[in-house]
Amino acid sequence: MEWETVIGLEIHAQLATRSKIFSGAATAYGAAPNSQACLVDLGYPGVLPVLNAGVVRMAIAFGLATESTVAARSVFARKNYFYPDLPKGYQISQYELPVVHDGRIEIRLDDGSRKTVGITRAHLEEDAGKSLHEDFHGQSGIDLNRAGTPLLEIVSEPDLRSAKEAVAYMKAIHQLVRYLGICDGNMQEGSFRCDANISVRPVGRHEFGTRAEIKNLNSFRFVERAILFEVERQIDILESGGKVVQETRLYDPDKDETRPMRSKEEANDYRYFPDPDLLPLEIGPEQVEAVRAALPELPWQKRDRFMAEYGLSDYDAGVLSSARAVADYFETVAAGVADKKLAANWVMGELAGALNKAGLDIAASPVDAHGLLGLLHRIEDQTISGKIAKEVFEAMWAGEGDADAVIEARGLKQITDTGALEDVIREVIAGNPNQLEQYRAGKDKLFGFFVGQVMKATGGKANPALVNELLKKLLAG
Amino acid sequence: MHAMTLAQMARGLAAGEFSSAELVRHLLDRIGRLDGELNAFVTVTGDAALEAAQAADAARAAGTIGPLAGLPIAHKDIFCTAGVKTSCGSRMLDNFVSPYDATVVERLRAAGVVMLGKTNMDEFAMGSSNETSFYGPVRNPWDTSRVPGGSSGGSAAAVAARLVPAATGTDTGGSIRQPAALTGITGIKPTYGRVSRYGMIAFASSLDQAGLLTQTAEDAALLLGAMAGHDPRDSTSVDAPVPDYTAGLDAPLEGLKIGLVEQFMDEGLQPENAAAIEAALKVLEGLGATVRRISLPNIGLSVPAYYVVAPAECSSNLSRFDGVRFGYRTAEPRDLEDLYKRSRGEGFGAEVKRRIMTGTYVLSAGYYDAYYLKAQRVRQLIAADFRRAFEEVDVIVGPTSPTPAFELGAKVDDPVTMYLNDIYTIGVNLAGLPGLSAPCGFVDGLPVGLQLVGRAFDEGRILNVAHRYQQATDWHAQAPGGAFA
Repeated sequence: MEWETVIGLEIHAQLATRSKIFSGAATAYGAAPNSQACLVDLGYPGVLPVLNAGVVRMAIAFGLATESTVAARSVFARKNYFYPDLPKGYQISQYELPVVHDGRIEIRLDDGSRKTVGITRAHLEEDAGKSLHEDFHGQSGIDLNRAGTPLLEIVSEPDLRSAKEAVAYMKAIHQLVRYLGICDGNMQEGSFRCDANISVRPVGRHEFGTRAEIKNLNSFRFVERAILFEVERQIDILESGGKVVQETRLYDPDKDETRPMRSKEEANDYRYFPDPDLLPLEIGPEQVEAVRAALPELPWQKRDRFMAEYGLSDYDAGVLSSARAVADYFETVAAGVADKKLAANWVMGELAGALNKAGLDIAASPVDAHGLLGLLHRIEDQTISGKIAKEVFEAMWAGEGDADAVIEARGLKQITDTGALEDVIREVIAGNPNQLEQYRAGKDKLFGFFVGQVMKATGGKANPALVNELLKKLLAG
Repeated sequence: MHAMTLAQMARGLAAGEFSSAELVRHLLDRIGRLDGELNAFVTVTGDAALEAAQAADAARAAGTIGPLAGLPIAHKDIFCTAGVKTSCGSRMLDNFVSPYDATVVERLRAAGVVMLGKTNMDEFAMGSSNETSFYGPVRNPWDTSRVPGGSSGGSAAAVAARLVPAATGTDTGGSIRQPAALTGITGIKPTYGRVSRYGMIAFASSLDQAGLLTQTAEDAALLLGAMAGHDPRDSTSVDAPVPDYTAGLDAPLEGLKIGLVEQFMDEGLQPENAAAIEAALKVLEGLGATVRRISLPNIGLSVPAYYVVAPAECSSNLSRFDGVRFGYRTAEPRDLEDLYKRSRGEGFGAEVKRRIMTGTYVLSAGYYDAYYLKAQRVRQLIAADFRRAFEEVDVIVGPTSPTPAFELGAKVDDPVTMYLNDIYTIGVNLAGLPGLSAPCGFVDGLPVGLQLVGRAFDEGRILNVAHRYQQATDWHAQAPGGAFA
């Protein structure tokens, strides 16, 4: 039987506010345990939550960027359950009335095709703390630094039909939230993670199959692997006449498999009800318009503009608009050169290669946009050749100074003086009488040999076009 | 000195007739002698009180002082007080010393008010007789075999016995007004959102409101202005200007339209109590007001709606008491579940557990719509009844409690009978309106109260009516005799 996979993702994006969603405590990652938890985060008797206005702006920005409805009125609700890293015994979330709903985003697949994925809703909620089960001699430790960290939970429609689509969607949301500046997207630190709802059904059937939910996937690769495993597992069960059980599962990257979570952890009746400590969140049209006016250019808008403005290919435009920092870098360079393709090639080629090799983010590049622009100027004014430019770039990367300083120090200035170059060529011809004879006898291929010899003699600094021109003339005799 | 009202004490301090330190020493001495019998205090903060009183005296000498400086007060033990035990009447918080001050405590302290101690209360404010406290019942100074009402029973008994001239309280379903009525004093529950709830340990967040128990409406007016107002730490506190509540106290009542709730004057009300209410209305008519009967058709649903909403919220609010971070923790828990079960099982008393269980039930999947959602709709109906009534009248009146103070132990085994004590007060919380109870007579030697309900944020009006009534009567000036004289 042919099977179709149906996937919906619930993405948790940690919002990039300095303070928590309902308290003034800091949200910075990696602080000493419990050093960033105030009385509100600790759930002390008598304390009350106060909503951080920043998270509302961020949720609106996300809603606008995904063509969602931004709810004029949404409601915070309590999700009740007991766990030591949940200090109040309830999580403040949004349940029946989320702040954002009914949106969409377009994703692009490797084969170039496009697909629109529906966004059911996005709601604001607080994160829980962390339980630490090691190093406490049979007891558990609790770190409440993360308790109260703002999250935007983004729930997709079950529109995704393969692991690849799921990853493309997750990447599109990842790119968007970073563009909007509402999430740092750091997956190692858990700032961006997802749960995947997965089911399979015979091709052609309308009803969904029974789904399993895979919790807490924190890398694109794990999302893909977990889905591939889970789909296969479900198909195996169905094909052998069994039934898929609706349950919550965990992906184990070491074993590359999913397995059920302990049933105790999901036997909760969360007893949601509106949080009486918080007023309904009301968002007026003027607030929405203020956020709209401050929206940055979105990834797909930038991509289209790069194609139109710089004449880039769809692929190049996509790479250069992948992240705001990359796009900004490119645009700084492109603005200063006549040949936009040259700028694109350098950013995507030498720069990207060097960054990749060094494991650096573009923001930390030793050669900044103005530095690279200085180098490209020397190519455009023919001070150096493209080949020499690579050497100059490496020296700049190593900290030897800007392009001009490197060219000067290393004496790499291109020889464009016809007289000087003719002297060198004459010497080369004089030093290779046999080759000259053969060439003149019709062995044209030897032209390349002479070019190589001239370049060698000039340390690569000769202007290649000029070498060709002069060599042709002098070899002809 | 102790028999004076707060306003009289303020005048005495201002005139230099006595110092705050003298006043505080006198009251601490009374508390020391008399509270063994009443059990109104959980904690007496004598040294800190004397220090604060001396500081107020010094500031007065230096001429840098507000009108409330040096005046003594007690706080219900539901308000967090930095460095002082804040028990909420529960074993669960018997070891809890708050690291911070509630906004109410902070504001009164900033005004120079001197805290003498923390008063006993029903556990987590759940009770109408002060018998659910971990620290034992409070006794009514009018008859120590009787309850003072609850949950602010310690505050009420302390003010009635003239151990302090004023005390804070909280009122979720009548917890200020009912004990005020049963001990012959004045109690005001402001409009929901008028006073910050920050630092007030939550029972039912959508109903809880801080207020005052005093001898007179004038005293309440003096303190309320300092307590009330928007607090950025409480999202439900309302950002509306706070009037000078003392300024309007003497306004004449000519033309005032009063509505008597006909549903309250039924067979559930003791006839002598009803007679006291009728007599009080005659006094108000004599002062120029007109009285008519009004109907609140859905008010009879108050108690059942309340006993869905309040337990639902409390079941969630009290989840934080889990033995993990503060408060009571059971000895030697075997595992996490055992820690939770025994810490909560041992830390909470029977009434608190009953309400947590009720609340958990009404919020459960499959029951939410039938109970919680329906109760919220009833709440809207009751609020609408009040709104309609206030189109015709300025103030709504009725009894505060169906009977005077009852015997200790008389109702503890029958929760429903106990809950019906608050039949006249609960609707006011559901509607979020300001309510006040003022003494209006005696039945069998025990005080009974007249309840006044105002429009939202119209505390000034009910204080004005109560004050004019108190100018014309002397029920509020009656104090328990015997040892408490």
